[in-house]
Formats: sequence, structure tokens, C-alpha cells
Amino acid sequence: MADNFNEMYENGTVRPPYQGLEAWARDMPADLRGMKQSEAEALFRRIGITFAVYGEGGSPDRLIPFDMFPRVFSADEWARLERGIKQRARALNAFLSDMYNRGEMVRAGKIPAHLVYQNDAYEIAVAGFTPPGGVFSHIVGIDLVCTGPGEFFVLEDNCRTPSGVSYMLQNREIMMRMFPQLFQQNRIAPVENYPTLLKKTLASVAPKKCDGDPRVVILTPGSYNSAYYEHSFLADMMGVELVEGHDLFVAGDFVWMRTTEGPKKVDVIYRRLDDAFIDPLCFRPDSMLGVPGLMNVYRSGGVSIASAPGAGVADDKAIYTYVPEMIRFYLGEEPILKNVPTYQCAKANDCQYVLENLPELVVKEVHGSGGYGMLVGPKSTKSEIEAFDAKIRENPENYIAQPTLSLSSCPTFVDEGVAPRHVDLRPYCLVGQDVNLVPGGLTRVAMTEGSLVVNSSQGGGVKDTWVMVGN
Amino acid sequence: MLSRTADNLYWIARFIERAETNARLLEVGARNAMLPDTAGGNRNEWESVLMASGTKQAFDAKYGQAVERNVETHLFFDQDNPSSVASCLSGARENGRIVRTALTTQVWEALNTAHSELADLARTERSQLSTTDLIDWTLRTCSLIRGAGLATQLRNDGYDFTNIGHYLERADSTARILDVKYYVLLPDVAFVGSGLDNYQWRTVLRAMNATRAFHWVYGGEVNATKIVDFLVLNRQAPRSLINAADGVQSHLDRLAKNYGKRTDAQDRADALVGKLDTATTERIFDEGLHEFLRGVIRDVNALGQSVHENYLSGDAR
Repeated sequence: MADNFNEMYENGTVRPPYQGLEAWARDMPADLRGMKQSEAEALFRRIGITFAVYGEGGSPDRLIPFDMFPRVFSADEWARLERGIKQRARALNAFLSDMYNRGEMVRAGKIPAHLVYQNDAYEIAVAGFTPPGGVFSHIVGIDLVCTGPGEFFVLEDNCRTPSGVSYMLQNREIMMRMFPQLFQQNRIAPVENYPTLLKKTLASVAPKKCDGDPRVVILTPGSYNSAYYEHSFLADMMGVELVEGHDLFVAGDFVWMRTTEGPKKVDVIYRRLDDAFIDPLCFRPDSMLGVPGLMNVYRSGGVSIASAPGAGVADDKAIYTYVPEMIRFYLGEEPILKNVPTYQCAKANDCQYVLENLPELVVKEVHGSGGYGMLVGPKSTKSEIEAFDAKIRENPENYIAQPTLSLSSCPTFVDEGVAPRHVDLRPYCLVGQDVNLVPGGLTRVAMTEGSLVVNSSQGGGVKDTWVMVGN
Repeated sequence: MLSRTADNLYWIARFIERAETNARLLEVGARNAMLPDTAGGNRNEWESVLMASGTKQAFDAKYGQAVERNVETHLFFDQDNPSSVASCLSGARENGRIVRTALTTQVWEALNTAHSELADLARTERSQLSTTDLIDWTLRTCSLIRGAGLATQLRNDGYDFTNIGHYLERADSTARILDVKYYVLLPDVAFVGSGLDNYQWRTVLRAMNATRAFHWVYGGEVNATKIVDFLVLNRQAPRSLINAADGVQSHLDRLAKNYGKRTDAQDRADALVGKLDTATTERIFDEGLHEFLRGVIRDVNALGQSVHENYLSGDAR
């Protein structure tokens, strides 16, 4: 891993976007750094940004490690990324709209029918229905990694309800509060209008039956959810109600919210709840979190749901391979962002290659997420590899594999000073009547030396992400 | 405002007020226990405190003997007792977390700090903590949370629901603390009006933090009639029943005005204020203080129920 790209340097010199930071980090005395670090932690704890790890029990009040060394993109770098991200978000939505209607891409033989129609995330309940504006995925989180200057790869798409945007906003708030001089010396594009844009996006997909100002709400599974902080933060920043399933009910052709002044009609629901739970009459009958009858109102155009039920079929790891093809098929453009080459163990040839090259590959479960159930070949022991070998042979359809990329790293504050650590990036693209992207995203960082796993559930941390204005 | 949000705000206020009541009850018990054991007086002061808190049955089942240490554990630390100080403050904080967006940073921080200090107290060796420390900490913490709200919260309908919660709980608590007096059975009719009787009444004042206020209002002599007048009928006393009823009434009226709609909650509040307005101490003692207080507690509960049905349940149409 010694030869991976450190984003601060190129040809032995500091790259322009990092120039303001190199001296800042070098000249910061260790005691000041320690002080600032505890200050940051105290701020995070005071605001109450904590998260709970699924399946681990324990305190829901854990903090995600915050690294004070920002990650920086030059204006040019970002301009290209932005075009690529928006292009991908448009194509994914076009694909969803197509798959729930005529299925032209399947008819054209560009994607196998069974991958779509037999996919667990394909919701037959919304087949034939086109939501307002033809938008299914209103917030598209695209996970990117970098392997060299200007070399970006998409790791995966998140079309349902990508989380983490509150960290993007709070990381910036905290950096501005702790290091105001950095923001005076560097020209950094602001991200703070994200909540306004999100509200605008959601309002722009209000159903036709809505007359007047659309009422937007966020639907949360409740305060025990690991992302509850984010739900309440976004509701607060947008000035909309944060509701739970039992705060809503269906009467007649509409969805209503229970208020102290009686029922109020709801037009757009930004749900942070999986498809399976949103309507017990349509999906899981044992769900206590949803709203009975919601899907009927949705299908008759009485309420909009973001993301639309069924949007998950576009971010499946098996569908991922076909995204470049979607871009060509629906937009008639060449993909700006590259996919990581992916081997599908479901295909006999691919599977054989994967089994022969396990020590060099990263193997993931098709439906897995959060860094669980994956094998990082070069970092694994022989017995771990053998165990995975057996799993793949048993159920090849469940796995895909990708070559280990030489992930870039960013300077990061560690006990000994500043050292490179691997990073990824999740920008949040908003799709409504317009497609918007705030200049920034969530940079996750693997805090352990050499580690490639950046997931917060596995001890990863976060950084502020800067996009420079001008060069 | 979302009914659930209003409900959470209302309960944060009730929890805070209830935590404070428990601290005050502890104080009443601790002071009464310092009285010399009088001939034939075999009732335990701590039992009266438990009866007033409404948790005697649960206490008996879990602890058995009503001695100071047990009552203190029960009223302060015990998470199994839904109205212990610990339960109330955890409940307030959990409700606060749920409606984080409806609270200002100051209120949230006060709630959060209370929660972490409580955890510290629970970890501290009990021999290091005196009852007085626990009482003082609770009163200070509750003042801090309430003060933060008073200074910073938006004066919207959420503020009304918060205050309705505070005042309802306060009415209930004042009535209960006064009622403790009934449960401290005097050993003999001859003791009524004696030094012992007055001492116990003064403890009630003390628990209400109202000793000096009382003297300012009534001058020197402390007797049962004046204390009841002060804590039930006098609008100058911040914790008097009539003051609490006024508070509920005025916030319900504000709601009715802003929503453009009256409900039977307003009618009940009017009735309660009317009842207290026309009451006199003679009639209260004629009826029997205990009976009168039970009546008020019932009215307050019914009013709370009506607030719930009309605003907080979300079922009103």
C-alpha cells in the first residue's frame, strides 16, 4: 500500500488545493491540537450527534471519530466530479422510471430481465405508476474512491435513503467554529444551503392534487434508530415536522398528520424507513412503523414519497455493473465516472476467476451493506479466505468481487502527528424538477493505518470536505 | 404542532416538576423523622411520604421496611419507580431527545447535563451522598432546566403545552405534599394545635421553600389555617393551588385564542379556578382538609385527561 496516492502531494510537491493546509498542520503545536480535538469532541457531544451501531446493542450515544484535517478538492476536480455525479443520478432515475413502465432497456437486451424483475428490491406494487416528475430517487448518494489525480471510481450507488449528510453539515460547522482563520485564508465553497435545496427538491415533486404550498414531513422509524439524530437535524433545518408512523393516518384520498389543531394534510413524505415497513397493508403486515393505507394514497396521486417505493432496485450491487450502460442508453452520453470492474459470481466464468484470485480481490455480498460480510483478500488470513471460498461455492449468486483498488489517502491527525489514511467520499445529489449538488460531501476515513474499511460501524471516522472556489 | 411533539413537551414539564416534588417529599420526610418519638405515635413519618407520592404499594413490595435509606433509594435512584427523580429526569431527557427540534440548545443542554450528572451520582458511593445533597442537586437541576426554557423557548403553542404540564403537575404536587400532613397521624387529638402539630406544619412550608415568603405575607405566627390559606388560596404564593390553576387556565386560554377553538379543557380549568376562588379556609376545614385535597387532585387529573383528549392524543377532529 506504500505506493498509493496521497491526495496532498504530487511529484514530491504539495498539490495546490492543499497548500494552505500543509503549513497549518505542520505548525500546529501538539498541545493545541489535543485541545482542539477535545473541543471538537465536546461540541459533537453537546449537539448530540451520536450514532448507534446496529446489532451491537450498547449505548446509542457513541461518537463517530472526527478528524480535523480537511479533505480538499480543487474547483476543476470538483467540476468534473459534479458532472459525473449528476449524470449518474439522472441515469439511475431514468432507469427506475423505465423499469416500472415499459422496460425498454430490458427489451433492448441491455440488461437481463431476471436481474430486475426477480430482484428483491423490485416492488411489483408500484409497477405501472410514475411518480411526479418521473423521479424515484430524490437523494442519490454515490460512494466514490480515488486512486490517482483525477482518477475516480464509483464504489456503489445509494438510491433509497442515504444517510450521513448531517455529518457533512456539522463537520463544516465545527471546523468553521474552531478554525475561522482557515476559512478566511482559503476560499471554500459553502455547503450550508443543502437543507434549503432538499426542501425545494421535495416540494418540487408534490403530487398534482396538492394545491397551495406543499406540506413536507420527514418520516422516521423513531428515536431508537441509529440515524435519528440526522432525521431530527434535517427536519429542524428544513422547518418541517418529524413524524413517526402513528402520527400519520389515511382518510379518504389523502394522508393526514395528527396535530394539536386537528388533522392536517400531508403532501410529501421524505421517509427514512425501508420499503418493507412503510405500509403494513401493502408490505410487511407486522410493521408498526408505517402508515396503513399509505400506498393506496400514493398510487392514486394523493401524496409523494421520497425516495419512491421500489427505488432500491437501482442500487443493487448486481445492477451496479449496468449503470455505465444506463448512461449510454438513456442519456446518449459516455459515463464520466468509472465503475470498478466487477465480477459476478453468478456467471460461471467470473466465478471461476474469483475463486482462483481470492487473495487479490474484495468480495462483497450482493445485498450486504455497511462493510459487513465482506472479504478484503490482501488483508485476510488464509483461513478467512478458505472460509469465503466455501461460502461462494455454496451460493455464488450472493457474491460479487472487485479488484483491490489502490485507494488514495489523505493526511490525517494521528497520535504520532500527521499520517496518510485511506478515504472515500459520499456526495448527496438532489433530484427533483432540477438536479442539484452542493459542493462537498461526506469524507469517511479509515482511522487505522493501512485499513481500507471506512464504515462508521467498523470504527471509521469522518472529515470536513472542502471544494475550493477558483484555483 | 404535531400532537406527539406537544405530548412530549408536556411530559418533559411534568417530569421535571415531579422530580422536584420527590425531592421536596424527601425533605419533608427527613425533617419529620428528626422529631422525637412521641408517646403512642407509632406511625412512621416515611410511610406518610410514600403515601403522598402515591407509590407506597410498589415500595412495600420491593423494600418492605420504610426506613430513610430505602425511601431515599426508592424516591431518588430507583428506575423501577416510575416517579423517582432518576426515572423522571431520564424520562424528561428521553422525551427531549425525541423532540430535540422543539427545544432550544440551552434547554437540551440542561436536560443532557442532568442526565450525565445523574449517572455520576448513581455511580457514587452512597455513604458519600447525604440526603441533603440529593435534594439540593434535584432542586438546582430542575430550576436550571425550567429557567433555560423560560429564558429561551419560543412563545408558541409548544410553550403553552409545556406550561400546562408544569402547572398541572404543580397543582397535583402541592395538593399531595399538603396531604402528607393528613397521613402523619397525630397520636392524640390533644396534640392538634400543639407544638408538635405546628412543627409538622412548618415542615410543609419548608418543603415548599416558602417559610420566609410565608412570614412576609402573614407575619410571625404559624398555624394550620394560615398555611392552608397560603398554599391553597393565596395568589401570592408561587406554589399555591390557585396559582397553579390560574397558570393552566391562562395557557389554555391562549391556545383557544390562537387556535380559534375552545374545548372542554378550558371549561374544566375555569371550573377549577372558580372553585378555589370561592373557597375559604373555614369551609375547607369544615369539609375536612384531606377530603378537599382529594377533590382537587381528582379535578386536576380530569383536567389533565381532557387536555390529553383534546390536544395531545391526536384523535381530536
